[in-house]
Amino acid sequence: MGELASLRTPRGIFATVILGLCAFMPVLAPALDEPFYITVFARIMIWAIAAVSLNLILGYGGMVSFGHACYLGIGGYVVGIMAFHGVTNGFIQWPLALLASGLAALVFGAICLRTRGVYFIMITLAFAQMIYYLSISVEKYGSDDGLTIDFRSEFGGLIDLEERTVIYYVIFFCLVGSLYLVHRVVNSRFGMVVRGSKSNDARMHAIGHPTYRYRLACFVIAGMICGLAGILQANLEKFVSPDMMYWPRSGELIFMVVLGGMGTLFGPVAGALVFLLLADTLSGFTEHWHIIFGPFLILVVLFVHGGIDGLLGRREAAGG
Amino acid sequence: MSWVFFTEQFLNGFQLGILLFLLAAGLTLVFGIMDLVNLAHGSLYMMGAFFCAQFYDWTDSFLFAIVLAVPATFLLGILVEVVTLRTLYTRNHLDQVLATFGLILIFNEIVLLVWPLEGLSMPVPTYLLGSVNLLFGIEYPIYRLLIILVGLAVAVALYFLVGRTRMGMLIRAGASNRRMLGALGIDVKRLYTLVFGLGALLAGLGGMMMAPILSASSGMGESVLILAFVVIVIGGIGSIRGAFIGAIIAGVIDTMGRSFLDVFLLLFLPANAAEAAGPALSSMLIYVLMAAVLTFRPQGLFPAKTG
Repeated sequence: MGELASLRTPRGIFATVILGLCAFMPVLAPALDEPFYITVFARIMIWAIAAVSLNLILGYGGMVSFGHACYLGIGGYVVGIMAFHGVTNGFIQWPLALLASGLAALVFGAICLRTRGVYFIMITLAFAQMIYYLSISVEKYGSDDGLTIDFRSEFGGLIDLEERTVIYYVIFFCLVGSLYLVHRVVNSRFGMVVRGSKSNDARMHAIGHPTYRYRLACFVIAGMICGLAGILQANLEKFVSPDMMYWPRSGELIFMVVLGGMGTLFGPVAGALVFLLLADTLSGFTEHWHIIFGPFLILVVLFVHGGIDGLLGRREAAGG
Repeated sequence: MSWVFFTEQFLNGFQLGILLFLLAAGLTLVFGIMDLVNLAHGSLYMMGAFFCAQFYDWTDSFLFAIVLAVPATFLLGILVEVVTLRTLYTRNHLDQVLATFGLILIFNEIVLLVWPLEGLSMPVPTYLLGSVNLLFGIEYPIYRLLIILVGLAVAVALYFLVGRTRMGMLIRAGASNRRMLGALGIDVKRLYTLVFGLGALLAGLGGMMMAPILSASSGMGESVLILAFVVIVIGGIGSIRGAFIGAIIAGVIDTMGRSFLDVFLLLFLPANAAEAAGPALSSMLIYVLMAAVLTFRPQGLFPAKTG
C-alpha cells in the first residue's frame, strides 16, 4: 500500500512525525520540562486506538456507527468490575474484556446490520445508550459516580503497569498493533469484500459473497479493538464511569475519524491527536470552549473534504 | 400495587408518549421529506423550554409565555435551517449527523452562557394546579392531563394537515419525489424551510409544556431525542401515524417498566435478585422492544406509504 511504502510524501512524513512523537514522548516530555505530556499522549493514543477501530467499519466498511464508545465502556467496565471483585490478573481480565466487547458487538451488529443508512445510525446510538443506562442503574458498581480501580492489571511480574513508562509503551504497542491489524484486514480478501460492500452491496452479494457475515465479522473486530482501548483507559485512569460511553463520546470518535480522513490508515490517529490537543488548548482559554469548537466542527464537515489526510495532498489513484 | 396506581402510571406513560410524539413527528417529517438526520432536534425542544421560562419571567403569565414562545421556536427553526441545514440536504447522513452534533454543542453552550445559573424553572400556573377526579376515584393532575389533551389535538391537527390540505399534499409529494415537485413549479426550498420550522415548533411546544415540570436546563434535549429515535425506528421512518403509535408504546412501556418491573420479577426471582435486576432491566426495556421490532419488522410497525 502506498501509504506505508513511501515515506517521502507529505503523508508519509506526517505519519512518521506523529508516530515518532508518540514513541519518544517519555524522553521528550521530561527534556522539555513538561512531564505532564506523557499522560496527555497516553490518552491521545488510547483515543487513537478507538478511532482506528471505528475507522475500520466507518471508513472502510461504510457503517456509520454512532455508538462506538460503548465498547470502550464495556472493555473498561469488565476490567473495573473484575478488579472490584479482587481479580487483578491481567491474563484473565484482558481476554475476558475483549471477549465481552466482541460479544456485545456480535449481538448489536447482528441486529443493526439488518438495516441500512439512517436506521443503522439511530440503532447503534440506541444500543449504546442502553448500555450507558445499564451502567448507571447498577448501584453496586458505582452507577453515576463510576468505579475506582485500586490496582492496575497484573501480569505476574512480567509487566508492571504501575510504572509510568511501562504503561505508556504498552499503550504505544497496542496502537501500533491495531494499526498493523487494520492494515492487514483492510488489504486482505476479507477486507476487499467489506470495502466492496461499502460501495455496492447488491453487486458484492450478486457475485457470491455473503456480505452480511463479512460485515458482521468486521463489526466484531472493530468492537474488540475498541474494547482494548477501554481496557487501556481503565488501567491508565484507574477509573471507569458511564461517561466513557455517553453518546457524545461516540460523536467525538466519529469526528476524530472524519477530521483525520476516513478510510485512510493513519487518518484517525492524526484526527485523535488534533482533536484532543485542540480540546485541551481551547478548554484552557474558556470553560465554554464548545462555543468555538462547535462551529469548527461544522466548518470541517462542510468544507474540508478528506480531513487532514486530504489536506496533505491528493491521494495516488493506486489500486485498492 | 393498586389499580389506581396502575392507571396513574399508565397515564404518566401516555403523557411521556405524547411528549415523545411531539419530537418524533418533527424528526420523521424532516427525515421523510428532506432526507435529513437532525440530531439538533432535541436542542429545539430545549430552546422551547428556555423561551417559555424566560417569557414567563418577563410577563408573569403562562399563557403569554406560550403565545410568545411558539413563534419564537418557529423562527429559530427557520433561522437554523437557513443558516446551516440548507447546505446539508445534498450531503450524506454522516455529514448531517456530525454537523448537527456540532449544533448541539453550540446550543448547549449558548444556553449556559445566556442562563448561567443551573437551569431556569417556572411554576405550574395556579389555575392548572390540583387534580381532577377521573372515573372510579382516580385522581390525576390537571396540568398533566392538559399535556395529554394538547398532544392529542396536535396529532389530529397534523393528521389533517398532512392528509387533507394543500400543504400536506406538497409534503407528501416532496417525500416521494422532490425533483418532480420542483419541476412542477413548487418552491421546494421554501417548503423545506416551512416544514423544518413546523418540526421545530412541535419540538419547542413539547419543551414549553415540560418547562413547569422539569425546569429548563442545558442538555435536556438529548435523552428525549434518543428516545424519539427509538420511537421512529419502532414506528417506521417518515410516518406520522407510526410516530404517534410508536411514541405511545414507548412512553407507556418505559414508564410502566420503571414502576412495575421489579414487582413483576418478584414472581420469578428471589427478592434481592429482583430488586437488583429491576432498575437495570427496566432502563433497557424499550431498547429490547426496538430490537425485537427490528428483528421481525425491519421497516418498523407502520412504514410510511404516503409520507
